[in-house]
Order: sequence, then C-alpha cells, then structure tokens
Amino acid sequence: MNEILKVEKLEKYYGGKSNLTKALNDVSFHAEKGEFVAIMGASGSGKTTLLNCIATIDKVTAGHILVDGLDITKLKGNNLNKFRREELGFIFQDFNLLDTLTAYENIALALSIQNVNVFEIEEKIKKVAHQLGIEDVLQKYPYQMSGGQKQRVASARAIITNPKLILADEPTGALDSKSSKMLLERFNYLNQELKATILMVTHDAFTASYASRVIFIKDGKVFNEIHRGDNTRSEFFDKIIDIVTLLGGDLNDAL
Amino acid sequence: MLFKLSLKNIKKSFKDYAIYFFTLILGVAIFYVFNAIESQTVLIDATSGTASIIELMTNMLSGVSVFVSFILGFLIIYASRFLIKRRKREFGIYLTLGMSKRRISMILFIETILIGLISLVIGLGIGIVLSQLMSILVANMFEADMTKFSFILSKSACIKCLIYFGIMYLLVMIFNTINIGKCKLIDLLHSSKKSEKVKLKNSLLCIVIFLISASVLGFAYYMVTGGIETMLDSADKIFIPIALGIVSTFFIFWSLSGLILRVASKRRKFYYKGLNSFTLRQISSKINTTVFSMSIICLMLFVTICILSSSLSIKNSMTANLEELVPVDVEFTKMIDIDTSNPAIIEDFDLSIIETLEKNNFDVQNKLKDIVSFDIHKTEKLTLKETLGKQVLAKYKFMHYDAPEIIIGLSDYNKVARLFGHKEYTLKRDEYMIIADYDGMIDARNLALKERPSIVLGEKRYQPKYDECKYGFLEISSTHINGGIIVVPDEALESIPVTDKALLANFSTNNKEEIKKINQELRDFADKTWKNSSFTTVTTKLDIAESSIGLGALVTFIGLYLGIIFLISSAAILALKELSESSDNKERFRMLRKIGTDEVLIRKALFRQIAIFFLFPLILAIVHSVFGIMFCNCILETFGNEQLLPSIIMTSIFIIIIYGGYFLITYFCSKNILRDA
Repeated sequence: MNEILKVEKLEKYYGGKSNLTKALNDVSFHAEKGEFVAIMGASGSGKTTLLNCIATIDKVTAGHILVDGLDITKLKGNNLNKFRREELGFIFQDFNLLDTLTAYENIALALSIQNVNVFEIEEKIKKVAHQLGIEDVLQKYPYQMSGGQKQRVASARAIITNPKLILADEPTGALDSKSSKMLLERFNYLNQELKATILMVTHDAFTASYASRVIFIKDGKVFNEIHRGDNTRSEFFDKIIDIVTLLGGDLNDAL
Repeated sequence: MLFKLSLKNIKKSFKDYAIYFFTLILGVAIFYVFNAIESQTVLIDATSGTASIIELMTNMLSGVSVFVSFILGFLIIYASRFLIKRRKREFGIYLTLGMSKRRISMILFIETILIGLISLVIGLGIGIVLSQLMSILVANMFEADMTKFSFILSKSACIKCLIYFGIMYLLVMIFNTINIGKCKLIDLLHSSKKSEKVKLKNSLLCIVIFLISASVLGFAYYMVTGGIETMLDSADKIFIPIALGIVSTFFIFWSLSGLILRVASKRRKFYYKGLNSFTLRQISSKINTTVFSMSIICLMLFVTICILSSSLSIKNSMTANLEELVPVDVEFTKMIDIDTSNPAIIEDFDLSIIETLEKNNFDVQNKLKDIVSFDIHKTEKLTLKETLGKQVLAKYKFMHYDAPEIIIGLSDYNKVARLFGHKEYTLKRDEYMIIADYDGMIDARNLALKERPSIVLGEKRYQPKYDECKYGFLEISSTHINGGIIVVPDEALESIPVTDKALLANFSTNNKEEIKKINQELRDFADKTWKNSSFTTVTTKLDIAESSIGLGALVTFIGLYLGIIFLISSAAILALKELSESSDNKERFRMLRKIGTDEVLIRKALFRQIAIFFLFPLILAIVHSVFGIMFCNCILETFGNEQLLPSIIMTSIFIIIIYGGYFLITYFCSKNILRDA
C-alpha cells in the first residue's frame, strides 16, 4: 500500500461572517500510487475548489493535504512553486498552452524551469511525444493544432517531469467526443503502462468511466465512492449513471 | 452619478493611467518651462544686442511650441486610444446594462476633464519649480551674473499652457466620442478573447534581408563620413543616405525578430534554459507586431541624440572659439575705390581709417591702443581658379571660383600676427604662402598646394613656400571663416591695387562699463557715417560675443526643447505599446505560475523582455547617431567641435533620466498588472 495523496478533513470557506459559503466541508479521501481517480459532481459542488487546493493554487481554510507524506498546506512561497513544478503535473480544460511557443517549446518549458539540460530535454520529449502520438505536431503553434492535439501536448507537458501526481481539470471539457476518447485512452495508457497517478475532475460520466475509481461530491462533501474493479468500462459507466441518477438529476448534463 | 463613476474609474485604473499621467504632466511642465524663458531673461540686464536676440529666441520658441503641441496632441490622442482599448470590456458591460453611448461618452468626457485638470495643475506646479532652475541656465547661457534671484511666475506661459492643452484635451474628447460611437457591443465584450496568430517570417529570408539592410546602412554611414567629400557637391545628395537609413532601419526591425529566434534557437543550451525560450518568443512577437513604431521611435531617438548633442556642443564651441578667434577688441574695415558718385565717399577713399575716425570726432588717442592697420589687395587676375587649379575645382564644385583672392603683404601680415600672438613668417623674394583656418577650404587648398602651383603677380612668378596652409586669420569673427589669404613679399604688391583698408585695435580701458560705452559710441558712429564714408564694418569683440552667445543660447534652447519632447514621445509610445499587451501577457504569466515557475524567474523574464524592447531602438539610434554626429561635425565645423564630449555626456544624462524613467514606470506598471494574475 503506497499512499500518494491523502486529503484529511479538508475545509474551504469563501466570504466573510455574514455570507459564509462552505465550498468544501470536511472532505477526506486518499489515492494510492498508480490509481486513476475521477472526482464527479455538479457545477458548484466544490470539485474544482478541491482540485485547486490540491494543486496549491488555492489556500485551504482547515485540514491537511499530504502528497507522498508531505503536508502541502504548510508550504509557502518558492517552496510552493518548487513543489508545483517538481511533484505535480497539470492538465486544464482550456489547455493553457503558451500561444507564442511551439508544442515542442511548450513541453520543454516544464523541464527548462527545472534547469534540466538540453539533451535530456530532447530525449524526454521524443519519448513522451511518441507515447502520446504527437510527434508530427511538435513544431506547430497552438493555433495550428486541433483541440485534441493541444490537450495531448498539454498532457505531455504535465507528465514529462515525471510528477508524483497528475491533476486534470475537465480535460475533455473543450474536446469533441472523438478527441475525448483518444485523450482518455492515452490517460489509461499513462496510468497502466507508466504507472502514473491521475486525479481527474469532471462532470461527464463517460470521461469518469475511464477511471479506476470515482468519488462523487455534492455540496462540498463526499457523497459516494465506487470502484471499477473487474467491470468493463461500459459496465462501470452504467454504475456511474446509476449514482448520478441517485444524486437527483443534479448531474443531468452528465451525458 | 456619472461624475462619481468617472472618479471611481480613475481611482481604480490609476495603474493604467500612470504612464498617461506621467506623460501629460511632463508635457505640461516642459511646455511651461520653455515658454516661460522669456520672463526669465528679465533677470539679465541685457544690452540692446542681447535684447534683440532674446526677442528672436522668444519668437522662435513660440513657433516651435506650436509644432511641439502637435506632437503632444498626437501623443495624447494615441495614449487615450490605448486606455479606451484597455477598458473595452467595461464599456461593453455599461452598454449591456442599457447605458447609451452618449452617456458613456459623457463618462469619458468627465474623466478627460478631471485628468486634464489634475495633470495641468501638477504639471504647471512642476513647471514653475523647474523654470526657477531654468533661470540659472538662462543666466549661464547669456553669461550674465545672477545677482538678483527672484521667484518668477510667467502669466503668459501659464495662459498659453491652458489654451494649448485645453485644445488638446478637447480634441481627445472629440476623438473619444467618435471612437466610442464606432464600437460594436460584441467586439467590446469579446475584445479580450482574440487569440493572436503568430505570424512567422521565414527565418532564412529574415537573415538575407537583415544582411542586406545592414550593408545598405553601412553604405549610408560611409556616405556621410568617409565619402563626405562627394556628398557636399550638392545639397540634394544628403537625401540619399537619409532615405537609405530610414528604409534600412525599417527592414532591420522587420527582420530582427526572425534573426534573433534563428540565432537563439540554434544555441539550444541557451534557448532551453529557464524561461529563455519564452522571453525570446515574447520579444520577437513584440518586435514583429511593432516594426513600424519601432522604426519611428528609433529614428526619433536618433534625431533627439543628434539635436541634443549638436546644439549643446555648438554653444560650448562658440564660447571657446571667442577666446581664440577674437583676440582684439575692435576691427574696422573700409573699402577703397568702389563705384560711387557720392563725392563725400570718394573724398574719404584717400583717408586712413584713423583719419576718418578723427574727422568724425572719435577720440582715437584716448580710446584705442595697440593699433595695427593693414591693406588688402585684390586683382581679377588672381582668383581661386588660378590658385586651386582645375582638378581641385572639379572636385569641389560648389566653390565660387571667380572670386579674387585676398592678398596681403608679408610685413602687414606679421604686424597682425604679432598682435594676435600668432606665428610670424619670412618669405624669399619669389615665394608666397597661404594662411587659412576654415577646414573645408584648407583641405581643398592643401590638395592644390601638393602640386606646388606657382602664381603670377604683376610680371613675376611666385612659388609656394609650404605645401600646406598655415593657421591664421585677419578678420575677427565668432567662427573659423578664413578660407585662405595669400601672403606675398611686400614688393610684389607694388602693382596690385589696394581694395580694402583695415585697422585692428584694443580699447584702452578694461572697465566693463566703459567698454560698453565705447562700444555704443562705435555703433552710433557706424550708423551715422555709413552714408558719407566707405566704412563697411566696425566689428567689436562685444558685438561678436553677444551675437554668438545669443545664437548659442537660441540653438541650445530650441535643441533642448525639441530633443526632450521627442524623447518623451518615443519613450511614451514604447511604454504604451508594452502595457497594451499586458492583458495578453497576464494570461501567459498566469500559465507560467500554474506550471510552477519561480517568481524570481518570472520577474527576470519580465524585466528582460521590457528592457530589450526599450533597448533595441535605442541601440540602433545610438549607432545611427555616432555617424550622424560625425556628419554634423563636418557640416558645422566652422563652429568648432572641440566641445563634443561634455555635450554627449549631457545628452546621455537626459536620455537616462527620461527614457530610463519611462522604462522603470513601464516595468513596475506591468509587474503590478501581472501580479494580479
């Protein structure tokens, strides 16, 4: 048992005394090394806040987040930046690629800010480009690529540093269904072949069905949790839909 | 309600307005300072000569002010357009809330008035303080003693500021209204979402274009320095290197972005280190999209540097020249045997200068000392054509080669040389020599003297003693203007007619007041007697000093004025260009933070990006200026160029303060904008 992420009694409040919003209210869960966890919930359920807290983009009000035993809620300033660039990989809904750089340079940037030398960078990019099937777009600029290609480039940037944890925020949100499928298959590949730990936030049941475990969040609390186990993906998809229905149609945009 | 909204807007977007404010305040202050010079000169007890120069200067400064107000007007409109662009979203929200365009224009109208009033008040305040410092400079320029220092407030300059800037603000308001009227709501709301397409230039083409423009530029440099002699043939030719320079400057900036990327990405170790690739891309895309403004700014900086350093050095050189070129207090000259029917003048031909002076009741014995008189001879048979020879004349086409040479006897020349403290010479019976101090002519004459041409005077032939001109002059003047005087043994002139008589002398007093009095007397004398004597000139040291000081001051003030305004304009445009992209940059820097880039790295990248953006036009402008100033020196060499270094130092100080100031403000403003990200 190798616990890579442990979230303990996490609370995040917004606003002041008069209008307090509890975005996260006593959330606890953990993820093991090599797991592919999806977090599902409706808009406003607090799933993105949770991800932002784990990503150290947002500060928690109370509780602890341990990544590989290190309490990241205690980190400050440059240690925070260091943690972010060395231990985490990010994939965002809107790709967040730099529009002035080519795909190759975008991926390289993640390594060059860690002072990795140029030969190592080249070697790693070659490898990851092959794994994600983006060899032929490396010299292109973001505006010359399709959404799916952009997201795979962003994924390459996220995993190239060999992070302990990959965080994905609605990675398929801006993709058509074909590109989504392709991307998610790549995620599976990263997860199973490279043993990458992935934490993915989504409100889409299809996307979630690629994960090995799905955690449901409602009104800032963990509502339910299901494992894929030995189910096929489509069986798992049906199970997810059942829970979504149970949640009361809050997720009626799930399909 | 609208007023409150406007006020809050200004407060809220003060960060964005910082550059705008800074530029307006600086503009108002400088406008006031230079228009208030007139009232500063009251402090100086000016002689009538200085007074007329001051009047000329005031008139010219107000003329230049009109030009300056045009530049500032464009700048202000440009800046306000930038501010509107930044606030498009805000206006979009107002429109969706149902506010009419008229009311939005009203908000902008109130804002402009508020900003205008604040900047006018602060600008005038700073201007009034600065102009007190200016009075020290004014006194220094006119070499007057600042005995009575008093606080001076120029009402006319204030009123002028109010009127000129009032008109400018009015134009801005009209412009804003038109601008808002043309906007479409959809564009306003989505203005931030336009993603920029990276227009990439073929890097090989860039290198080729860069090399071509660099060599064209090199050729233009050569034309104004090494090849300057062919340049001076005709005035039109000067436009060739200027045109070449402008075109190649444009293409250098056009190709620069491609070149930088090409060179940098080849050096992979450098390129893939930290944020280098990001910074380089940022810079190259910025240069790529601002080729035109970069070229304009570069040329403006070039003009600024040349104006500032040349105008400052002219003033310095002129003052230094006086010591050297005006060694005596007064010089009289008188023409002989000119064509006239006035019997009084004909009678006067035979009198010596002293006799003429005495006849007109000027007390020569008591007022003048160290008197030296000499005669100048000329003959139609000895002109530039004979002394220079055909080959030299073919090269220097601009010379008036039918002009008779000025000839003087050796003993006369030595008398003058002794008085001036110059070297005295001896000549054999068949020798001549040439005395000159104007570099342009010295070059031509030396070239001719290499061939050792002989000249014929009367029946005799004379050989040159030296194969070059010797330094010296006969006429006192503020600049080096002696293009050549032929000195021959006295007996050679027996058959050559005297055409001018001249007399050099010092005043017999050292008292400043008395000198002024004698000077005035001589002026009146010249006014009174020109009708019935053949006097052509009475030149006094005081007159020369006053006019050269006045001319120096005139050139300096106008140079400073234009130079500073140009500098402000170019720096402000650069700053606005940089800041207008900060919203795009905001996104990019946010991404960098998300992937965990160190703050230090981010700050460094931002600093480098802005610094390089500011430096490129400046560097090219400095290179231009090196050659430009060399050219100015050739053109202005009659003024002397010994005093170049201090003026270059002064120019650098101006550039560092103003340009550097804009750079820092830009850096801190964009740092602020990006910190929010």
